[in-house]
Amino acid sequence: MNRVKRMWQFGLSLLLFSNVALADWSDVNLREGVTEISRSVYDLHMIVFWVCCVIGVVVFGIMIISMLLHRKSLGAVPATFHESTKLEIVWTIIPIVILLVMAVPATSTLRDMYDAGEPDIDIEVRGYQWKWQYTYLNEDPEKEVKFMSALRTNKDEINNLANKGEHYLLDVDNPLVVPINKRIRFLITSQDVIHAFWVPDFAVKKDAIPGFVHESWAIVEEPGVYRGQCAELCGKDHGFMPIVVHAVEEDEYETWLSDKRDEAAAEYELVGKEWTMDELMAKGEQTYMQHCAACHQPNGQGIPPAFPSLVGQGLAVGNINEHIDIIVNGKAGTAMQAFGAQLNAAELAAVVTYERNAWGNNMNEMVQPKELNSMMASQ
Amino acid sequence: MSAVIEEHHHDDHHHGPDKGIMRWVFTTNHKDIGTLYLWFSFSMFLFGGVLALGIRSELFQPGLQIMQPEFFNQLTTMHGLIMVFGAVMPAFVGLANWLIPMQIGAPDMALPRMNNYSFWILPFAFTMLAATFFMEGGAPNFGWTFYAPLSTDYAPPSVTYFIFAVHLMGISSIMGSINVIVTILNLRAPGMKLMDMPLFVWTWLITAYLLIAVMPVLAGVVTMMLMDIHFGTAFFNAGGGGDPVLFQHVFWFFGHPEVYIMILPAFGVVSAIIPTFARKRLFGYDSMVYATASIAFLSFIVWAHHMFTVGIPIAGELYFMYATMLIAVPTGVKVFNWVATMWQGSMTFETPMLFAIAFVILFTIGGFSGLMLAITPADFQYHDTYFVVAHFHYVLVPGSVFAIMAAVYYWIPKWTGNMYNESLGKTHFWLSFIGVNVTFFPQHFIGLAGMPRRIPDYSLQFADWNMISSCGAFLFGFSQLLFLFIVIQTVRGGKKATAQVWEGAHGLEWTVASPAPYHTFSTPPKDMSEAHG
Repeated sequence: MNRVKRMWQFGLSLLLFSNVALADWSDVNLREGVTEISRSVYDLHMIVFWVCCVIGVVVFGIMIISMLLHRKSLGAVPATFHESTKLEIVWTIIPIVILLVMAVPATSTLRDMYDAGEPDIDIEVRGYQWKWQYTYLNEDPEKEVKFMSALRTNKDEINNLANKGEHYLLDVDNPLVVPINKRIRFLITSQDVIHAFWVPDFAVKKDAIPGFVHESWAIVEEPGVYRGQCAELCGKDHGFMPIVVHAVEEDEYETWLSDKRDEAAAEYELVGKEWTMDELMAKGEQTYMQHCAACHQPNGQGIPPAFPSLVGQGLAVGNINEHIDIIVNGKAGTAMQAFGAQLNAAELAAVVTYERNAWGNNMNEMVQPKELNSMMASQ
Repeated sequence: MSAVIEEHHHDDHHHGPDKGIMRWVFTTNHKDIGTLYLWFSFSMFLFGGVLALGIRSELFQPGLQIMQPEFFNQLTTMHGLIMVFGAVMPAFVGLANWLIPMQIGAPDMALPRMNNYSFWILPFAFTMLAATFFMEGGAPNFGWTFYAPLSTDYAPPSVTYFIFAVHLMGISSIMGSINVIVTILNLRAPGMKLMDMPLFVWTWLITAYLLIAVMPVLAGVVTMMLMDIHFGTAFFNAGGGGDPVLFQHVFWFFGHPEVYIMILPAFGVVSAIIPTFARKRLFGYDSMVYATASIAFLSFIVWAHHMFTVGIPIAGELYFMYATMLIAVPTGVKVFNWVATMWQGSMTFETPMLFAIAFVILFTIGGFSGLMLAITPADFQYHDTYFVVAHFHYVLVPGSVFAIMAAVYYWIPKWTGNMYNESLGKTHFWLSFIGVNVTFFPQHFIGLAGMPRRIPDYSLQFADWNMISSCGAFLFGFSQLLFLFIVIQTVRGGKKATAQVWEGAHGLEWTVASPAPYHTFSTPPKDMSEAHG
């Protein structure tokens, strides 16, 4: 019997140990985060956690005492009581009171979260399989800044062919950049399936649902890099669409924003020029790897039947207009997205050219960005 | 008249079980069908367990080692579906079949032929579901909650087979629950009032009503999916004017009562075992019945707490938070009653009692994390992380599954006439207890630290706890082979059990011989004084 007793004591000490651990180690607890809301959520979490711990210690304590004392082997004689309306009322009322005490701060935090106020900056967050698109909304559409943000971690790291970097799976090519101490409103939606936009340090998690635009907001108080992930199963690469937010001083933000605008203008200029086959192929490969390879695979073979092969079959070796159409407009009812909304004309033209000439497709055809632009305009 | 009765009696005498496989195919005997359900459930438990070990193997280290993400998603989806619909639910139906007639003094279930159909649908449903692994495009890969449009416009072709399998499971469950309700309401021994019934019978009566209420809702939602996929409707397609959130409302209107379907009979089992080994009557029988009924009622009005992040207006968020918190009250009453039953008892700790006590403690821990999840602003941080995974595995594995194992150890002497090997049983308990906690406790940590659920690969800060969790999973998984061994050993022989089996056992099932004869209570029992222990 001593053995059993020791085991219970061991179990209890494990339990207590883990409680202490939760209070101390940030690796095993919620992050406090960098907004007023996130700190208030953290406090709420800790209040409820400690209440549960106290209840647990009392209830399990009584159970353990009973198990140690009221054993047949110690000659315990069973009592005969088996009901008490008074006790039942007591242990109905006490939990209700505890719940009320928890409900008060929970309600006030929730009200704060829903009290969006007048935003300083509106950013549209659009989920795609498996990347994010950020649009800095502006009353003047010319001044809007729009870009895709996708995983930057190398395939070799994922497949254990290279050492994993510090921010393994939590690094993107184009991070979201926001100024500190401004009220940022996120307008969250999706282009295909349901995703969820989650930045733990802001206590912002909202589902991105096709056909809905949900809002959430944050006022970031400290400059820094904050990392999150998609939190709703969205298909194959759900685990590979992180969110990275750089919070910077306001002037740095303004510089970044105008650089982004210049970059977009420079890209736009490129559309007008005459491209050589080599230029298109190089640009096309880069674009393909970034946007197409997740499904159609780097070797073009796809993962049939969900993601068809492009090698020696289908539109990549068929009618060029239909090929362009499916890339620009997507295919309803499948995972094939409308890339016309995501890529510029140069990228689209390059990727069409690449697919028609890579992997032995050798169609010897190319399409110029400006041709593609006029095709899209005429639609 | 007397000649007729005698002839009937004579008839009975020779009506033992048929020989061979046909006994099991055509059986209408509640004990045979109970056995079929239990073995079926155990085989599904092992199958779902193998899928889980596949998941935990991939998550043993960061990086993709043994499978690609698309297969990983199939494993998580099928693990959930198999465990919920194939392992836990049929196990409780098996226990219901074996025990309800014996506990209420009835000769059999009220609708024996339908009982046979309810069972025999299941192997076909699950064969079809498992066969999707071999189809083009693979098995369902959209999570056991199959949120549209991932499960409709973006689903693999096998989704249609999944829908048909869900329909079959639903039909089986509905028939099973009709049988339970009719049996309990009509076949109780004369003189047995509702408030004389053992709690296992009470919890199953309430569970059966939950099943009848929500399985048609599940059937409805998968039918809407079917229409979207094949017949051009757009219930859940925003592009066609549909609403993806509607799917979640309908699904969780089924899904939340469903989780209580998986735990209420477990409450009944534990309420039978603790008094027996404490040698003391169950404390607060009446309040236990009322608490069970309250939980069942509340289960219908809290579904959107699974959807706090879908963008519900604040009034809705507050209502669902408050309603969800309320569930802690009747659940607390149950836990306090179990503790009060143990208090000043004269306890011994045979295997069923060990599992029952572990149930109370670990289920309560799952209840605590449930309470934390109910707090809407905090749920925004917990939602869809490993914290949720830890929570529902705590209530399902050391909750429902431990209760099922406790039930098997508790009643197997009655079923087989043999005692199981106590020291092996205790070994099985301790291995399972340690395995379960090593597997799922660290998942609280990685969830809070920010690891989303349903991902095949994770960033480096989660590596240590994931490795520990995977080790625990293998310990827990392989311990179940010991359980299989113990059960087979007990079926084949062992120390003979007495009719009462356990010193402190009360209730009608302990008044018949061990093993229970093929037909029990052909004439109803008279003495109801100790029917509920």
